[in-house]
Amino acid sequence: MNAGRRPLWLRLHVIVVFAFLYLPIAILVVYSFNGSGVGGFPPHDFTLNWYRALLDDGALWDSVFNSLQVAAAAVVIAVGLGLPAALALDRVNFPGKAIFRRLVLLPLILPGIITGLSLLMLVVALHMRLSLFTIVLGHGTALISVATTEIFAGLQKAQRSQEEASLDLGANYWQTFWRITLPNLKLAIIGAGLLIFTLSMDEIAVSFFLIGRENTLPLEIWSRLRRGMTPEINAISTIIFVFSLGLILLWYRLRKPGSEEWETAARAVEGKA
Amino acid sequence: MFSRAYKAAVAIPPIFWVAAFLLTPYLLLFCNSFWSVQGGQVVIHNWGLQNYKNLLHVPVYAEVLLRSMKIAGGVTLLALLLGYPLAYYVAFYAKHKQLLYQLVIIPLWVSYLVRAYAWKTILGTDGVLNTLLQYLHITHGPAEFLLYSPFAVVLTLTHIYTPFAFLPIYAALEHVPRNLIEASQDLGASRVTTFWRVVFPLSIPGVIAGATFAFVLSLGDFLAPLLLGGPSGVMISNIVVTLFGAAYDWPLGAAISVCMMLLVIAILFLTERLEKKWSFT
Repeated sequence: MNAGRRPLWLRLHVIVVFAFLYLPIAILVVYSFNGSGVGGFPPHDFTLNWYRALLDDGALWDSVFNSLQVAAAAVVIAVGLGLPAALALDRVNFPGKAIFRRLVLLPLILPGIITGLSLLMLVVALHMRLSLFTIVLGHGTALISVATTEIFAGLQKAQRSQEEASLDLGANYWQTFWRITLPNLKLAIIGAGLLIFTLSMDEIAVSFFLIGRENTLPLEIWSRLRRGMTPEINAISTIIFVFSLGLILLWYRLRKPGSEEWETAARAVEGKA
Repeated sequence: MFSRAYKAAVAIPPIFWVAAFLLTPYLLLFCNSFWSVQGGQVVIHNWGLQNYKNLLHVPVYAEVLLRSMKIAGGVTLLALLLGYPLAYYVAFYAKHKQLLYQLVIIPLWVSYLVRAYAWKTILGTDGVLNTLLQYLHITHGPAEFLLYSPFAVVLTLTHIYTPFAFLPIYAALEHVPRNLIEASQDLGASRVTTFWRVVFPLSIPGVIAGATFAFVLSLGDFLAPLLLGGPSGVMISNIVVTLFGAAYDWPLGAAISVCMMLLVIAILFLTERLEKKWSFT
């Protein structure tokens, strides 16, 4: 099996699958420049009006700003708890460890609405008001799973012996943590942070139940979609796409090119699940 | 090598947080499923199995759950049919592995909501596909069956979850020892025989993992059916959303959620065992 003889049907299949994956994205981008609205073939009247309309859209920018705040706070919570959780899973034996591991990972695979409405029940039981704060709580908690898996994988790659040496040579735990453990995990932590940020920016199922009066960007888009389709949504989506692409490129740049690169990405996508 | 204080410092905060903000909410959901609503407004705490009995006796819930499983099953099958040969090509034939691999991943970074919306603009009555067909004089009026049908939901979810099926299959294929393939061919097996007797069996754990992702994730989806499904494409999560919103019956919604949760956990348990059974390492 070498790259020399590639069966024709297999090549055709690959082309078809990539067309299937990219066609909707291409159409989305093309119609964001279409003067006569969404749909209608062929597209005509090239225009930048929809992007211009975006600039004056106060409500939309408010939601973008809300989402950025929520995502930043979610990163702090998820990494702040995912890091100790990964360390605990790696080096501490405590009763219920297996259950803890499964519980942390559950929001990855459980339908988002179940996690969202379970948290809604807690919010109601505690007589809290729904606000951006409750969304931060939801995103932060659900995404601890992503931080834990990423950082745990980073720990498996780092060498424990360096920490042992540091402790043997008289550094205390605190110094060892700051000078050895954390620098070794730098890439895993940055990767987890970027991933959590983009996941939070796009999250809708958990937010759906925890939303107060202020919308996040996906929920703002969602409420507009129900009123009807406008190319303004294509325009903002195109901008988000380019922005996410920038983030993913940044993420890949941070990693050294190597054989395990795809494994990291695979974990990331499993995280997205 | 780590002191008690160190262990306590790393273990206690996450355990506390997970207990408070994950375990407690899930337990509240569980409790809620045994309560009931009085006068259409107030949830009262009279414990009983009424919600679960309700689920068994009103046929619409079983119907919608069955439809959700059919849709998820269709998505899984299509995602595997699209994803497996793609993974095979990238693993064994591609010249630019990294590039192709990343091309499969990039669509995942486009907002899920936005991609579902893109399919709506393609399939709609005045959508890209219908106007294209009329432009080319293939059809004369819009084909209405494209949007608002289980078909539209399956198509959209397949688009979204094919990369999820691809990834574990690719990982499995990439780990197939190349010398086994050479040995098989040296001993006279044809390409096809080598595939079915050597490569495919070794990739089964990846197939199972990919199928699990596609099935579980599309089973609980609620946006695609809401955007593209119409009345005939309603899925189980949509019912839960309605019960927690306009219909205001939290306990019944909680009971359905508990059933979904148990179903998902059962599937995970089952596929984990299957994966172990088929892994040769």
